[in-house]
Amino acid sequence: MSRVLARPEVVILADAALQGARLAGRTVHPWAWWGWALGAGVAVTLASNPLLLVLLIAAVTFVVLQRRTKAPWARSLTLYYALAGLVIAVRLVFQILIGGLREGTVLFSLPEIALPSWAAGIRLGGPVTVEGLVYTAVDAGRLAGLLICIGAANALANPKRALRNVPAAFHQIATALVIAISVAPQLVESVLRVRRARRLRGGVRPGVKGLISVIVPVLEDAIDRSLALAAGMESRGFGRTRTGRGLDWRLGLTLVVAMLGVTFGTFALLGLPGAGSWAVPLLLIGLAAGAFGLHRAGDDLATSRYRPDPWGAPEYLVVGCGLATAALAIWLASTDPAMAFGAFPLTWPELSWPMLATAAVAALPGLLAPEPPKDAA
Amino acid sequence: MIDFDDVSFSYDSAEAAAASPVLREVNLHIDEGDLTLVVGRTGTGKSTLLGAINGLVPHFTGGLLSGEVRVAGRSTRTNRPRDLADVVGFVAQNPMQSFVTDRVEDELAYGMEQLGLSPTAMRKRVEETLDLMGIAGLRRRPLADLSGGQQQRVAIAAVLAAQPRVVVLDEPTSALDPTAAQDVLGAVTTLVHEVGLTVVLAEHRLERVMQVADQVAWLPGDGSVVLGPTAEVLARCDVVPPLAALADRLGWRQVPGSVRDARRRVQREHITVADAPQRRERPASEPVATMTGLGVRYGDVVAVDRVDLVLHPGTVVGLMGRNGAGKSSLMWAMQGAVPSSGDLLVAGSDPRSLPANQVGRLVTLVPQSAGDLLYLPTVAAECAQADEESGVPAGTTAATLVRLGVAVPPDRHPRDLSEGQRLALVLAIQLATEPRVLLLDEPTRGLDYAMKAQLGAIVRRLADEGTCVVISTHDVEFAAAATERTIIMADAEIVADGATRTVLTSSPAFSPQMAKVFHPRPLLSPAEVVRLPVAGRGELA
Repeated sequence: MSRVLARPEVVILADAALQGARLAGRTVHPWAWWGWALGAGVAVTLASNPLLLVLLIAAVTFVVLQRRTKAPWARSLTLYYALAGLVIAVRLVFQILIGGLREGTVLFSLPEIALPSWAAGIRLGGPVTVEGLVYTAVDAGRLAGLLICIGAANALANPKRALRNVPAAFHQIATALVIAISVAPQLVESVLRVRRARRLRGGVRPGVKGLISVIVPVLEDAIDRSLALAAGMESRGFGRTRTGRGLDWRLGLTLVVAMLGVTFGTFALLGLPGAGSWAVPLLLIGLAAGAFGLHRAGDDLATSRYRPDPWGAPEYLVVGCGLATAALAIWLASTDPAMAFGAFPLTWPELSWPMLATAAVAALPGLLAPEPPKDAA
Repeated sequence: MIDFDDVSFSYDSAEAAAASPVLREVNLHIDEGDLTLVVGRTGTGKSTLLGAINGLVPHFTGGLLSGEVRVAGRSTRTNRPRDLADVVGFVAQNPMQSFVTDRVEDELAYGMEQLGLSPTAMRKRVEETLDLMGIAGLRRRPLADLSGGQQQRVAIAAVLAAQPRVVVLDEPTSALDPTAAQDVLGAVTTLVHEVGLTVVLAEHRLERVMQVADQVAWLPGDGSVVLGPTAEVLARCDVVPPLAALADRLGWRQVPGSVRDARRRVQREHITVADAPQRRERPASEPVATMTGLGVRYGDVVAVDRVDLVLHPGTVVGLMGRNGAGKSSLMWAMQGAVPSSGDLLVAGSDPRSLPANQVGRLVTLVPQSAGDLLYLPTVAAECAQADEESGVPAGTTAATLVRLGVAVPPDRHPRDLSEGQRLALVLAIQLATEPRVLLLDEPTRGLDYAMKAQLGAIVRRLADEGTCVVISTHDVEFAAAATERTIIMADAEIVADGATRTVLTSSPAFSPQMAKVFHPRPLLSPAEVVRLPVAGRGELA
């Protein structure tokens, strides 16, 4: 009892949680986290200097550890780290086996097999050099870093809230995605339940028959659930339009034209040299028509949004940090000689003050963004 | 408020429709503010009738509907269910399956978002609805973490938030323990009385809801619907709740609407009944199963906490308790399918140490979702497969199925069977190994009174042949009629264990209606009510 009295805030907190009280803190808009992570991702992709690369990854990890919630997806960063490690490992193994970069200090040599000319003259094995390994590791590290940035966004932004905050025209797609996200754990639960039930009939048998005996009840269950869900959504007004009719055909046509404009514009801009004069206007017209069409389609749907996530100063700050990181990295890549790290010959990479600043900017949301509430999902 | 004009409906094509429609020329009118109870045996079209109210039948299910259904003056012919969402709220049988979002607050708002209400109006209504259903404390909780009763209340609240004028509930209490069921029904009654909502509610366990109903719609099974005052319709319908059975035994023409009414009439008419029959004395027998310190844990959650239990052959044991009290876990642990600690012996062996295909000879379990066990296209194929799995001569399972006395067409797909038929099939499959202990997890869900009586007779016969049958159930009346020993679990422990008569009649939550009517005589079922000749001026109705 005395211990409880000594720390009354513990009691109050437990009590408040029980009554559904609101805890202090503010969840940052999920799309703000995505904006920040993509900015950091751009910087990581440009960071050919391994020191900057490591600093940026550390900054991103720092932010996740500081601002993630207790939700299940908030623990997913470890998974992305594993994936990043796998990417680097695979690249290194290929570098050792297939080679490609054979100059420099030889670490050890593998027996060499030259494939015939129809296999593009690939040589297997051969000398393995320090320079080759370092170059590959740094190169793969950039991709790995990008993966970690995406993982950070996943850990910080509630995927369901992100989907809730889409333009009204995407509402139905977003609903489908939210359901898909929730169905996965249900399916796992269903499989476990049926497998357990199989033990009641003498255990799961090997081979196709055993597989069928698990898959059939699981699928039946899944279909039952989706029908029940569909009926529930239908009777709660999902898909209502203001006019009571489907999509206007003129609106549909506008959207198709917009999509064609965007596709061809992008293709011409990137693929056809000198097409900029007509590709850029085409792209812009396509984007404008698309925005207009989506807006109108959203208007036609009668949906509104309950307690939309606010977009305020913290969101601008988080996105701003991401954009600033990307901008600094672009500037560094074109001006700072220390960014150009060469493995041939192998030298210790240099670190410049602007690089430190870039990583610091990326890490800022970890300190400046508001903390999420303790019970946030 | 709700009008059915000459409505006929069938799921099949036109010519089959003429032969046996689900609904045939139904005319009915339900007034605003009424609570209508829809009753009928399994498969008589209760769900179809409910679905027709908001247009799910036929817009969503398919089929052919003639005539017209109007709700608040709007016809389902021209309005799809989604267009009626602001008038009719529909709560399906299993709330968890129809939740669209994953948090209580978001789920409440979902319907209003679809209707396009302004954010300020939504904020206000969500708060009002949270208070109305008494779930304000749950607002930030994930839906998956709620108990069955809480889920059901959230599902009703989610529908109410859109402020419909009619609410349709399909078996809202079928998965709930008696206390949680009371809770949900209490909330529904409040809505009818305070908010003036029109409620249409289908339910199998009439004893739970009949006292709150204004009228009863009975589906006799030939496609017609009989709508009338509760007492009159129940007196002649084929769905017989305990109070109707009592009225029948005492020769009352009107079925009392509640335990209170029955008690008063018994007192007024000075009816005296015979004492409860004496318990049949069984010769002392060797226990068939013993558990010592049996425990089940899932991570940090203790589902069963060091339970000691001895089961005897030839007995029917009821296992009761709140949702999540550990009943299912105890059963699965007895079967050996979930890891457990402590000692477990069934007929001399430990099921946990045996390979899966030999456990069946000792103990077998019919799980709550019995359909999980079935995967073949026909009943006959399932039976043949069961013979092979159990290593018994071909035809044994099919013969067991016949012996159970439930007609199950062998060429039918198991999913097309009724709840009762499917239960019988799974029961036959699980009995093929002739187990010493039979465990039934919540078998009465979706069964009507006649099927429950049949199930009761089946387990009685199995027990007479020497099997020990353990039934976990929320159904007080079934447990009272079918079991002789009752174990009540709470908080992962056994809190009461003894003769059904003593355990059930001494607990207010689990007391059967007959015990309440004839208190202090501990009567369990209407079958035990024997009227004694009246001493004095008692009159025969």
